[in-house]
Amino acid sequence: MEGECRAPQARSSGLPAGGGGGESPGVDGPLPGSSGSSALLQAEVLDLDEDEDDLEVFSKDASLMDMNSFSPVMPTSPLSMINQVKFEDEPDLKDLFITVDEPESHVTTIETFITYRIITKTSRGEFDSSEFEVRRRYQDFLWLKERLEEAHPTLIIPPLPEKFIVKGMVERFNDDFIETRRKALHKFLNRIADHPTLTFNEDFKVFLTAQAWELSSHKKQGPGLLSRMGQTVRAVALSMRGVKSRPEEFMEMNNFIEIFSQKINLIDKISQRICKEEREYFDEMKEYGPIHILWSASEEDLADTLKGVASCIDRCCKATEKRMSGLSEALLPVVHEYVLYSEMLMGVMKRRDQIQAELDSKVEALTSKKADTDLLTEEIGKLEDKVECANNALKADWERWKQNMQNDIKSAFTDMAEENIHSYEQCLATWESFLTSQTDLHLEEASEDKS
Amino acid sequence: MEQAVPDPERRLQPATLEPLGHPDAGLESAVGEEAEGARDEGPGDGTMMENNFWLKKIEISVSEAEKRTGRNAMNMQETYTAYLIETRSVEHIDGQSVLTDSLWRRYSEFELLRNYLLVYYPHIVVPPLPEKRAEFVWHKLSADNMDPDFVERRRIGLENFLLRVASHPILCRDKIFYLFLTQEGNWKETVNETGFQLKADSRLKALNATFRVKNPDKRFTELKHYSDELQSVISHLLRVRARVADRLYGVYKVHGNYGRVFSEWSAIEKEMGDGLQSAGHHMDVYASSIDDILEDEEHYADQLKEYLFYAEALRAVCRKHELMQYDLEMAAQDLASKKQQCEELATGTVRTFSLKGMTTKLFGQETPEQREARIKVLEEQINEGEQQLKSKNQEGREFVKNAWADIERFKEQKNHDLKEALISYAVMQISMCKKGIQVWTNAKECFSKM
Repeated sequence: MEGECRAPQARSSGLPAGGGGGESPGVDGPLPGSSGSSALLQAEVLDLDEDEDDLEVFSKDASLMDMNSFSPVMPTSPLSMINQVKFEDEPDLKDLFITVDEPESHVTTIETFITYRIITKTSRGEFDSSEFEVRRRYQDFLWLKERLEEAHPTLIIPPLPEKFIVKGMVERFNDDFIETRRKALHKFLNRIADHPTLTFNEDFKVFLTAQAWELSSHKKQGPGLLSRMGQTVRAVALSMRGVKSRPEEFMEMNNFIEIFSQKINLIDKISQRICKEEREYFDEMKEYGPIHILWSASEEDLADTLKGVASCIDRCCKATEKRMSGLSEALLPVVHEYVLYSEMLMGVMKRRDQIQAELDSKVEALTSKKADTDLLTEEIGKLEDKVECANNALKADWERWKQNMQNDIKSAFTDMAEENIHSYEQCLATWESFLTSQTDLHLEEASEDKS
Repeated sequence: MEQAVPDPERRLQPATLEPLGHPDAGLESAVGEEAEGARDEGPGDGTMMENNFWLKKIEISVSEAEKRTGRNAMNMQETYTAYLIETRSVEHIDGQSVLTDSLWRRYSEFELLRNYLLVYYPHIVVPPLPEKRAEFVWHKLSADNMDPDFVERRRIGLENFLLRVASHPILCRDKIFYLFLTQEGNWKETVNETGFQLKADSRLKALNATFRVKNPDKRFTELKHYSDELQSVISHLLRVRARVADRLYGVYKVHGNYGRVFSEWSAIEKEMGDGLQSAGHHMDVYASSIDDILEDEEHYADQLKEYLFYAEALRAVCRKHELMQYDLEMAAQDLASKKQQCEELATGTVRTFSLKGMTTKLFGQETPEQREARIKVLEEQINEGEQQLKSKNQEGREFVKNAWADIERFKEQKNHDLKEALISYAVMQISMCKKGIQVWTNAKECFSKM
């Protein structure tokens, strides 16, 4: 990725200069994979790129027969839901409630895919009813996102979860992947609902309310695929031009986006790595406690102490397990969403640049008098309006997005810290009570000896 | 707990057991040298030191370790570590300690001392040495014997060994041990002059041999099982502990990466910047805290390791009993068969097969004179055999009594030490949890201020 140096602050990571970079020639050394990965830790986190960048295609052959056992759970942490409500620009109360649940697999002759149930509750007048229930598949979400992007090219559209599976998750496709995706889709729709502009988008309404056949026919009304492709090619050329004439504030914005994107990606990798390490730690810990029980079987005087230690270790093990699941719920989805957001932001910048570039090219044409000046002037007028709208929309949305980001990141990390504190507190209590019991015993024995 | 140490093997002749000579054979010169020091007493018993003197007046420490180069037996350059042993005598009156002896020893000399003790005190559970090579390593520690952390832990282990020997009621009075602490040059030669090496070799062979004992003391059989179990369970525990340590190291260290990234990120943030930056600092603190935590745990592991090696010593004592018992049973068997032969010769009946009987059948009866002669020889042998059996029995009983006394002492020591070690482990865990709570509380505060 990048080869930048660390910020010039004294950061001591406490790693030994030349020690043990993966060497373990001892008789009972750690497992082969582990010493290599621990050695990696001493290098930049960026090295993680190598094994985690490859994507694998979503396999549609996976049998998902037991999907119906999923039960609807509260998809997002209460804290973030509150945050979403807080940043409503209007003082009105939230009037659109959406849940995504009940993933179900569907098998046809051509393919197997998953649909999600979407329940919408609303008090808005423009909706025909106050409650809707529909089923949508990932493709439909993708369609919605593209429509929103077209309609509002410089608004920050919430990101969708990835289309493809990240390498390494294939084994857990049936459980964790579906659940993670479901949660992300839930978040996606709610973010749109909370957005002051997007919430009133017509396609959004159709998405939430239309029956399957209605949606299909509605979809066909949009611009065709080919025209969209054509736009892309032209768009690239334009955006490159637009970069040069970018106003100062958008330069700053772009700079922020670039660095933010780097950092959030790193944080995503670090967080996932921590989860992995915690898992491996947990797996080893599971074996640790029982050995003490085994030992206690051949001891007399020591048996109680050994059993006590074993029970403490087991309880700490459970606390670790709890912490792990807490982290993967509180931290990982949030960080990952912002990774996707950062990609989205880059797209937004491009589109803004494109719009700007359109104007610039017409202005240039005017100055070089290449075509009909009256027509051009008219076009330029329209484009100037367009640019101004786009810029303003982006600016406003940018502030809103930054505020949201700050809150989301803050609460995600605060939650993580809280999980860790709680976990340590539990372990502390366990060991302290063990220690007390040992010293009490000791005092008992001492007084017995005296009597 | 003073005991006069009998020398159980002193008068035994049979080759199946190691013939131990008098422990102070060959030490006369050393004894003579030290006579003026007025430290050795006991009538004519040059091996024993005044026990009280040791326990109350001497402090032993292995205070330094130094890398040295020298030439080995094959005249090749080698690097080794030498350890400084300092002995201090504590003045009765004011408790001040005065340095009385200081010398340098290397690991191989410690080994020599221990091997000597094993040979001459087979009924004692001899304290073990720290490991020769680093085992049960996890990735941070290298298995290199020159690694400073390893050397440091070994220094502590060697000091522990000397303290254990010095506080053992019997071993502390050994002359060779005393000389180990006080006589730098020539000590090796002195040890070798005891001739213990020959006995060491045959002892090793005997310990490894397989044989069946008909009537072992049940307590020793049980003890042998226990020592096997102890050894197996402690190795297992140490192995898993090393793996757990490795994993925990990974968890902590990855958090250090947060520190760096937060810091870089804070550069582009206005309101969040400070919070990110300071949270990042706490992540660094967290990541580096694991080093001390695991170093402390290493000391705990060393305490367990000592008892892992003690199990070996325990087993050696059990084997020694088995050897003696086996020898006793063989001698009794031999005696019984000789008696029977004698009886048969006397009465003229042949119930047992004997070569003589065979040849008699083939070549004709022997003359009465011949028979008389044979009976006489047998009777002498039987007499001798009975004497030997009696002394073997007595020695066996003495051994069992003395060994069991030391085993009881050892058991108490083991229970006390291991309990303390386990409790210290709990204390370590508590400290680790407290540190964790503090760091994450600080971090949480930083996050909440973002």
